[in-house]
Amino acid sequence: MINLDVPINHNISNLKAGDVVYLSGNILTARDQAHKRILEEGSPYDLEGAAIFHAGPIIKNEGTEEKPDYKMVAIGPTTSMRMNPYQSDVIDKGVKVVVGKGGMDESVLNALIRNNAVYLVATGGCAALYVDAIEKIENVEWLDLGMPEAIWNLKINSFGPLIVGMDSNGNSLYK
Amino acid sequence: MISEKTIIKTVSELYKKAVINLNEDIKISLEDALKSEDNELARLNIQTILKNIELAEKNNIPMCQDTGLPIVFVKLGNVEVENLKSSIEKGIEKATEEVPLRPNIVDPLTRKNTNNNIGKYIPPIDIELIDKDYIEITIFPKGFGSENNNALKMALPSEGEKGIKDFVVETVLKAKGKPCPPTIIGVGIGGTSDLAMKLAKKALLKNISEKNPDPTLETLEKEIKEKINESDIGPMGLGGKTTTLDVKIIKAHTHTAGLPIGVCVQCWANRYATERIYDN
Repeated sequence: MINLDVPINHNISNLKAGDVVYLSGNILTARDQAHKRILEEGSPYDLEGAAIFHAGPIIKNEGTEEKPDYKMVAIGPTTSMRMNPYQSDVIDKGVKVVVGKGGMDESVLNALIRNNAVYLVATGGCAALYVDAIEKIENVEWLDLGMPEAIWNLKINSFGPLIVGMDSNGNSLYK
Repeated sequence: MISEKTIIKTVSELYKKAVINLNEDIKISLEDALKSEDNELARLNIQTILKNIELAEKNNIPMCQDTGLPIVFVKLGNVEVENLKSSIEKGIEKATEEVPLRPNIVDPLTRKNTNNNIGKYIPPIDIELIDKDYIEITIFPKGFGSENNNALKMALPSEGEKGIKDFVVETVLKAKGKPCPPTIIGVGIGGTSDLAMKLAKKALLKNISEKNPDPTLETLEKEIKEKINESDIGPMGLGGKTTTLDVKIIKAHTHTAGLPIGVCVQCWANRYATERIYDN
């Protein structure tokens, strides 16, 4: 078991496909619509060393529309292949960790190699378990895309188990 | 007459139950799978799923953040029901707010979210007429990580059982880890293109322990399951013996010129809840 702080500020090329990892720090949710807009308009968050989570959470607003008070209800991974068309370009912007499920294509594997980044797999459908590691919703951008598609900046503590599915040396559990 | 209030309450409660409490047969099947798995990552994935199921129940929260597209199966007997369509919709809206569910329903082109899980033709409501004195409602929230892997083949009659087997196996192998295996595979044979797909979905409502009463279909189910589990796709596509927990087939009669085959892929979270309402 490996504990990693995110955003990443050191070389993580020692991570190997099959390793089990837990993340602490900050992670950004992003699905297809957010990936598309990052490439069109630039990211609202610094992506240097960032961890991105392919996830559309269930969030409850316990405040008002003007003064929202968001509470995380459940969060788990979504199918990563939908982000294949955008992912390598987003990784080239500095992202070091991508968390999702189901694996990604060759273009993403090449981007991971190029940028010393990794793809981590969360167990699909396990939103009741992963939500325990979410300490706080720091803020949200692009809520106009809808609750699942917005970028939620989350403070996480010991977020896992995650399995290295594709590493920065070109190894993939999906081959 | 069965009141609007009763339908709204029933639909809302069924939705909540479906997304929080997984049916016992799936849990047992996952526990059995864990016993026979020796692949380390497969074991970790199944253990994580079982722990997740437990936490969802304990904390009263949805087991998966994709609380699905609402599908409603109604068996309508000789009872009078007040505003059935709008009551079902209001029940879904109520669950969306109270559970809460994730608003999943968008315009297919603009991708704009309706924010209440209701939309044009959504929820799809399937009505089966029955000669009984009750109405039976099933709420079946369908996640799209698995739904995106469904397939239809209008096969030639000459392709027969081998054609069916090959197509189902091919569909599941092509999906690899995307639909969150271990999966449950629903198969509809016969009818028309739409009926085959509908029956494939209805097949997922069968209890895993329930044996297919048709011996030919039972053999086919067993053979397909064995073939899929030889693939080493495994839980979440990371290798192992447990790619699918079960295969369920329903058949309908069909046209003399055709053999429609529908395949509905379901992730391990095969969520549904059913209730009968009598008019009294």
